Amino acid sequence: MDTDKIYPSPSFSPPVVQAEDLSCVFRTPKASIAALTDISLSIPAGQMTAVVGPDGAGKTTFLRMLCGLIAPSSGSLQVLGYDASRNAQKIQNLISYMPQRFGLYEDLSVQENLNLYADLHGISQEVRKERFERLLEMTDLAAFTKRPAGKLSGGMKQKLALACTLVRTPRLLLLDEPSVGVDPLSRRDLWIIIEQMVREERISVIVSTAYMDEAERCSCVYVMFEGKLIAQGTPEELRRLTAGMCFEADVPSRLRARQFQAWLLDQPDYIMDAVPQGARVRFVVDEKFRHAGLPFKQLISPGQISLDEKNVHPSAPRLEDSFMFLLKKNEASSSILPPPALSSHGVSFLEEASETPAKEIVIEVRDLVRKFGDFVAVDKTNFCVAKGEVFGLLGPNGAGKTTTFRMLCGLLPASSGYLSVAGKNLRKAAAPARAKIGYVSQKFSLYGNLSVMENLLFFGGVYGLTAEELKKRIAAVLEQFDLLGHEDDLSGDLPAGFKQRLAMAAGLLHQPEILFLDEPTSGIDPLARRLFWRRITELAESGTTVIITTHFMEEAEYCDRMLIQDAGRVLSLGTPGEVRAQGEAETMEEAFIGIVEKARGIGKKESA
Amino acid sequence: MMKKFLVRLNALTVKEFRQIMRDPSSILIGLILPCVLIFIFGYGLSLDVNNIPVAVVMDKPSPVAQKVFSGLTGSRYFSPCWMSSMQEAEELMRRREVDAILHTASDFDRRLKRGEAEVQLILHGADSTTATLIQQYTAGLLALRMRSELDMGKRPVSPTGSVEVVPRIWFNEAGTSTWYLVPGLVVIIMTLVGAFLTALVMAREWERGTLESLFVTPAGRAEILLSKIIPYFLLGFIGLLLCLAAARWMFGVPMRGSLWLFFLCSSLYLLVALGLGLIISSLTRSQFLASQIALIVSFLPAVILSGFLFDLRSVPTIVRAVGSILPATYFMEILKTLFLAGDNMNIILRNSAALVGYIVLFMAVAAHFTRKKLD
Repeated sequence: MDTDKIYPSPSFSPPVVQAEDLSCVFRTPKASIAALTDISLSIPAGQMTAVVGPDGAGKTTFLRMLCGLIAPSSGSLQVLGYDASRNAQKIQNLISYMPQRFGLYEDLSVQENLNLYADLHGISQEVRKERFERLLEMTDLAAFTKRPAGKLSGGMKQKLALACTLVRTPRLLLLDEPSVGVDPLSRRDLWIIIEQMVREERISVIVSTAYMDEAERCSCVYVMFEGKLIAQGTPEELRRLTAGMCFEADVPSRLRARQFQAWLLDQPDYIMDAVPQGARVRFVVDEKFRHAGLPFKQLISPGQISLDEKNVHPSAPRLEDSFMFLLKKNEASSSILPPPALSSHGVSFLEEASETPAKEIVIEVRDLVRKFGDFVAVDKTNFCVAKGEVFGLLGPNGAGKTTTFRMLCGLLPASSGYLSVAGKNLRKAAAPARAKIGYVSQKFSLYGNLSVMENLLFFGGVYGLTAEELKKRIAAVLEQFDLLGHEDDLSGDLPAGFKQRLAMAAGLLHQPEILFLDEPTSGIDPLARRLFWRRITELAESGTTVIITTHFMEEAEYCDRMLIQDAGRVLSLGTPGEVRAQGEAETMEEAFIGIVEKARGIGKKESA
Repeated sequence: MMKKFLVRLNALTVKEFRQIMRDPSSILIGLILPCVLIFIFGYGLSLDVNNIPVAVVMDKPSPVAQKVFSGLTGSRYFSPCWMSSMQEAEELMRRREVDAILHTASDFDRRLKRGEAEVQLILHGADSTTATLIQQYTAGLLALRMRSELDMGKRPVSPTGSVEVVPRIWFNEAGTSTWYLVPGLVVIIMTLVGAFLTALVMAREWERGTLESLFVTPAGRAEILLSKIIPYFLLGFIGLLLCLAAARWMFGVPMRGSLWLFFLCSSLYLLVALGLGLIISSLTRSQFLASQIALIVSFLPAVILSGFLFDLRSVPTIVRAVGSILPATYFMEILKTLFLAGDNMNIILRNSAALVGYIVLFMAVAAHFTRKKLD
């Protein structure tokens, strides 16, 4: 009630967040780390605001400060008119916060989790009934109220977490990367709920995200980098930063999309950013060529690829283009991000890639089935992967991707069917097959209290490399993954992007023929993802076969072929182009949603 | 205001109870482990010796000698095996199939009549406590037997008139150590449930990030802490009742003091242990670390240093000083008094005051460290 006195009418809406010279320094025994430096901003009420930035930019710290969970080291911070350090509890009474790892009680049921948060927020029984009904309907969880939260799929957990933060109408809703590790369907559902809440209940939302399309839905975007605010504005204002710099080019017929993209990325003097998109490659030229057209003649490489003016089409800038632009501009003065120093190897592949060699099959899966009791996790799955291919395994949370993956790696026996990896029948000779594969799990499986070097020595030892080989391989992967100079850092203290690179380095020590990567880019920012895929392209050129799962649909465009799986069945299998054609959509995300929904619709009719 | 506080507290407490009921590990530590400990300490860890294998060698068997040793057969302390030669007996001893050898020379009968009979006792010294006990038991038993043998023969008692020692055990008439151990067991179980389990479950909330979500709700730290204290207090109380029932009906330990005082003092100690558990978990914020630290600072000292196994008066001064810092020591003294001696208000008040002091201290520290902050 007392808050109504402060804000008498909606017409007079002071900012929900007002920060002045806000700084936050974490002191550890070794050093003090500036997580936030001199942030001054004023976030207006009644709208959606996005906070974007690469790993370690300070997004989470900023949101935690807004909740009063971390005290500012200096400067002032007002949230909903209250001082965040003095009146934290008052702020906490008014806001809802969904941390990155939302604390659902896994052994409590969906309903019990909701009840708990309703009680904590003091929601009366009458209000609650209606509210729960609506939330359960919006989140599609009505059928699962008795299920323990721990037994929900990743997407469902995230929706339940959102429902728990929305048991009452908060004045301000804070969401910390709500869609990390969530499939496109659940991600779309989450955003439908959020946007509906903003529309109907006029709540203010602040969301941190690594997805630029999510930031594009917001009225205002703050770009953070290394604890500093480097840009702010409406998505339109930010997009304008790269106006006249964006193009799309048709992929030359004898090249793969990722090869063409890699070639473009390897011309940093001309090209600022490139990414496969649909049937084309999208690229952003360097600032000096803005509105000046492309220096096409200069863009001819020793590999005799050239950009033909006829095949290049100007494109409207997207937020991601500007984001990359801002990061690259700022990274020049920083050391956190590794330089994309890959150009020296970059061009060698262009000749041989022109023709498709006779394909040697390295993974063959026939009628693969895996059951857990009555539950069929993987149902009669068939596919092959050729040597040197990049093969994407896509599907919603709980589709059977991880199960398929684990069977391929020999971590889980199949219930029935034929499975051969690197020429070995996995059901008979799992151990020899395992020596030829490398595996990087979702959580990276690193020893946090060992240093980078110690982790590499350990994994090399596990793979049985001799001291000499190991020394050579470690030197090679340290360079390949830009870990030089960090050998003695504890791997647990490294930011997510570093951990991913170290995990990749460890997985490649024994030079496996096949590399399995389980959601390696979850929670990784676009800049780090470019570098990641640049390395994958290089690996594929050297003949390594790569099997990868991801929730970023645009990343499927880097793959040679891909598979969409849902409820254990294969829904689509083919090149990205073929899959897009099957989904009758321009982007992979639309195609994916279309294909999965169509299959689910048919499934429902059959069972009805 | 108060009503909302109670609604929130109730919600959090109910949640905690549900988690206890659904998580097998809480039930295991809270209820099953106390039962196991009762059995282990009650039956396994007895400080008495029972059924000691003893080899008996008589160089010249005689009815008199046999009568002297016959007491061994009927005793529950010994399980004698009769050997014909020393070689055999020594072999058994070497293999540690017997813990002692009783040996009589061929002139035993003759010397007994003269009142100067000798029995050789050879002890396996590997376990010195047991050896000492065997020595005392055999001495007591044989002395008794030989006296009665002499009395029956109505022969004049030792002409030299040597002084006799007649052993008797006071206060522990039954000769069992469970009377002494069970009160200590109550302390151990209270510590286990209070400090160990609480440290674990609170650290789990830190680890799984559930506290971060809870912090950004109207729930204050009072509710959050109380919602941990109430369920584990009750769980500890169930453990207490189990111990009490076991003490009364399984081991027949007398309860000479007031039952109400017993419950009251146990509640005080339980709160001390809970406070300690909460401090540990909010400092470590990790289940693994919390369990290790709880084991080292609460459970092990309670077993070793509180006077549970060893009398604190007979340990070095430094160890005694450490023991006197432990809240368990004060509770142990209360319990021993209540169980075996009765309501000695002087001792109980003095030690309870110490426990209350610890409650205030620990709860204040726990509240201080459970701020709604992440840094």
